[in-house]
Amino acid sequence: MTSRSLTGTLRGVIPRSLADRLGWLGAGIVAFLLGTAVFAPVLAPFDPAERVARPFLAPSADHLLGTNDVGQDLLSELIYGTRVSLTVGIVAAVVAMVIGTTVGLIAGYYPKRLGSVLMRFVDVVLILPFLPLLIVLAAYLGRSLTNTIVVIGVLIWAAPARIIRSQVLSLRSREYVLASRSMGAKDRWVIMRHILPRTALLATGSFVRAVSGAILLEAALSFLGLGDPIQKSWGSTLFWAQSRGAFLTPAWKWWVLPPGLAIMAASLGFALIAFAVEERINPKL
Amino acid sequence: MDTVGLHRPMSPGLPSPHHNDQMLADETTDGLTRRSKRGTNSADRQLGTVTTSSALDRSAPATGPRPVLEVTDLYVKFGLPDRQVHAVTGATFQVGAGEIFALVGESGSGKSVTALSIMGLLQPPARVEGSIRLDGRELTTLKPRQLRSVRGREIGMVFQDPMSSLNPVHTVGKQIGESLRLHLDMNRSRARSRSIDLLGQVGIPDPRNRVDDYPHEFSGGMRQRAMIAIALACDPKVLIADEPTTALDVTVQRQIVELVLDLQRDRDMSVIWITHDLGVVAEIADRVAVMYGGRIMEEGPAGEIYGHTRHPYTSGLLRSIPRIERSTGSQLAEIPGTPVTITTSPTSCVFHARCPMEADDCQTSLPELVPTDRPDHRSACLHHAELEEAGELWSDVAAGTRRVGGDDRVIVRGSGLSVHFPGRRRSHSVVRAVDGVDLEVRAGRTLGVVGESGCGKTTLGRTLVGLIKPTTGSVEIAESGGRRVIQMVFQDPFSSMNPGMRIRDVIAEPIRILSLEVSDLDARVAELLEMVGLPADAAGRHPHEFSGGQRQRIAIARALAAEPEVIVCDEPVSALDVSVQAQIINLLRDLQDGSGLAFVFIAHDLAVVRHISDEVAVMYLGLIVERATRDDLYSSPLHPYTKALLDSVPVPDPDHVRSSEPLHGDLPSPSAPPAGCRFHTRCPIAVPGMCDTDVPRLRPVAAHRWVACHLVDPDSPHIRQPQGGERQ
Repeated sequence: MTSRSLTGTLRGVIPRSLADRLGWLGAGIVAFLLGTAVFAPVLAPFDPAERVARPFLAPSADHLLGTNDVGQDLLSELIYGTRVSLTVGIVAAVVAMVIGTTVGLIAGYYPKRLGSVLMRFVDVVLILPFLPLLIVLAAYLGRSLTNTIVVIGVLIWAAPARIIRSQVLSLRSREYVLASRSMGAKDRWVIMRHILPRTALLATGSFVRAVSGAILLEAALSFLGLGDPIQKSWGSTLFWAQSRGAFLTPAWKWWVLPPGLAIMAASLGFALIAFAVEERINPKL
Repeated sequence: MDTVGLHRPMSPGLPSPHHNDQMLADETTDGLTRRSKRGTNSADRQLGTVTTSSALDRSAPATGPRPVLEVTDLYVKFGLPDRQVHAVTGATFQVGAGEIFALVGESGSGKSVTALSIMGLLQPPARVEGSIRLDGRELTTLKPRQLRSVRGREIGMVFQDPMSSLNPVHTVGKQIGESLRLHLDMNRSRARSRSIDLLGQVGIPDPRNRVDDYPHEFSGGMRQRAMIAIALACDPKVLIADEPTTALDVTVQRQIVELVLDLQRDRDMSVIWITHDLGVVAEIADRVAVMYGGRIMEEGPAGEIYGHTRHPYTSGLLRSIPRIERSTGSQLAEIPGTPVTITTSPTSCVFHARCPMEADDCQTSLPELVPTDRPDHRSACLHHAELEEAGELWSDVAAGTRRVGGDDRVIVRGSGLSVHFPGRRRSHSVVRAVDGVDLEVRAGRTLGVVGESGCGKTTLGRTLVGLIKPTTGSVEIAESGGRRVIQMVFQDPFSSMNPGMRIRDVIAEPIRILSLEVSDLDARVAELLEMVGLPADAAGRHPHEFSGGQRQRIAIARALAAEPEVIVCDEPVSALDVSVQAQIINLLRDLQDGSGLAFVFIAHDLAVVRHISDEVAVMYLGLIVERATRDDLYSSPLHPYTKALLDSVPVPDPDHVRSSEPLHGDLPSPSAPPAGCRFHTRCPIAVPGMCDTDVPRLRPVAAHRWVACHLVDPDSPHIRQPQGGERQ
């Protein structure tokens, strides 16, 4: 909710056009990254899993970002890493939204017993120390792409759930919902026909924000060595850079900085879109 | 009712002065030395003022009392992103000293915008042009600082909603003292003692103790009294009251009207009373201006406007409102169409499209407000002279006898119904919204349910359709082939439809929910639309494309789609404009005619209920206190509450005389209803020792007549004279 209240304060200060412009900037970044991910085999000069040169090479015309400790091309690693980051980010956000929307809908539509029980559970999830739990879960479940997605998904659904619940609470007392119920509609009808469609826009904003968060979390997990060992992601590049001491040598400029910037750009891109989308929706609760 | 008003979304949230740079003025503000762009014009007017004020000694019969406030050629435009809205186009009027001037109009007529421009409270995108003079001093050219010294000090304002116009975190006394300390430089203790005085003057009992209360400790009526105290704190010359009683119940409305009349008499101030309610206007106003589409249609003394109407719009309004004192045999006259929003500078009469007297010249020339044959009476109708001979413009639709369809069987029976809501958390109190109600609805008949807000009428309606589960008691609905025969129409046509759905899907919803057999859905929707008087091509459009009245028609079509035998209508016309109300009431009557369809018609407006009901139940604090056939109830009410309610209804006739004192006090809280008869705290004839201890049962006193009052004799239905000492 803090991020929402922040956009709330910003909303008054930043003129609409600026929010829109930032949104387009974010969309541009995201489009660029998506293009990179889709056309990675075309764009990357080498196979990132192949040893193509001597280890620890500095940038050169052949290897624009040099090579890593086993002689793999770092630029190719960076380009292929986009795939993992975006996939994990988007799929984990979908998982989070499915859980969050379901919980939010149920908690909002049945606010008394069921809703308050669910919301107490949401509160627990929200206050759980995030990273330690993430590490424990990832370590327990094992290192694979699916597990990374699931772990991130089940940890970040709580914030969207709260937002959606508040919207549902307001929708359920609208007269058109009462009207539908007075015609004899069952809860399922009301939720599917009247409530879910009216929360969809709001959920879009939450989704984009969740993608942004999930990308950061994936990078954090991989950096800690808890990502999929076979997949090359930005986080795992950083993990190897760290374990080979690149942070302390001049190699940080081509080994650490590019994936770091890429993570930031991806997360920022989605965050800017979310900002613009929320500005547009501006739900009247 | 003004929630649908066009001007409301555009009204500024923050009071900030609108500085009009179109007019230039010297630094001096004493008015006489002013020069402006409109130099000659303004000088003329100045001269006029001087003459009238020197001729104050009763020698100027035509102009009435000395004008305190003069509004001349007022134009207000709102530049919206997609269009311009001309909210006021050329309003000219004068308010005399000690006069109550009523601005009447429907939503979007420009009446509130006029008031806000007098207060200088409009800000961009609004643009104000024209002249507003208070005692000869031009207000439109004042600097923000000077304007602030006028607001609250020389002009006081009371707004519609007393709930939101008081600040909840400050005591009432502090809020009254605020303007005293600001304008009159009083210190804290003097402001406080003056606040106590003022609270006493506006009729708050025990003001010494109530002055430190917070707004939430006041009832709605008391809050409006407190707002009036704030507006009057600095003895303003003019009080502007913008729909001050619209949010209040009739009994409280009457108290506020009498209060303002008293205060105005004592202080000899001028009052501008803005309302859509022609009944209240007849009660309070000396002079009336009727506004429509941003222009004044007709202006004159109240008796003239009501008795010798010189504009077709005014006469239409007067004919289309259900009247408590007129016969109910006929349909209400309808003004066709809906109120206009003016988006270009008008070049024709703004009312011509809805006018029955429309002639060719109405479309080509813009009528000005001109004197008529009557004294001091102006009209903006080109054909006002023909109005008298034109006879009845708004003819009643044939007053044919109503055919009652159906077989008089009971379709819905509620027995021993009560609905208790849990009160505030951690307190064990319950809100007894409905507390033991028996009723039955018969085929082809209409049961009217009336009562003040908080009496439980809406809860009762929702319980009947099954939206709320009764705490005790049961609702039996006659089965008809396993089908759901009860449907509902809601108050607010703007929120009762999913804004994302097309009209086709809105109307088809009950058909889909109930899986009704319909061979051709589109044809069925078209048929339903036709039944409620809408074109078939409406089906493809979205709710926001329709006006309030049209949406209410769609809501009725939706209820009809379920082929119900009963429709519960919860305040179906109270959110609509006066001229549109009649259309919906007539539609409901037409639909019922001969069809066997029954209505439960829930409303606070007694005149509307009277017009449509066969039987009426009066509710008070969760109980039915009187139930009778319509004519019995309205012609000879038995319960003292029914009498008081009927007597509080404002009658749109300035000559109407009130028969009794207004009911005092507000509705008690339904979470702690008074012991004994729930009405005894406000009852003028309650007998101590009986009414405050014994609960009266709803007893039959005659055929089709039930009353819950100890003082009504069951054998010969009239109220016994109280034996004990009368309550003070």
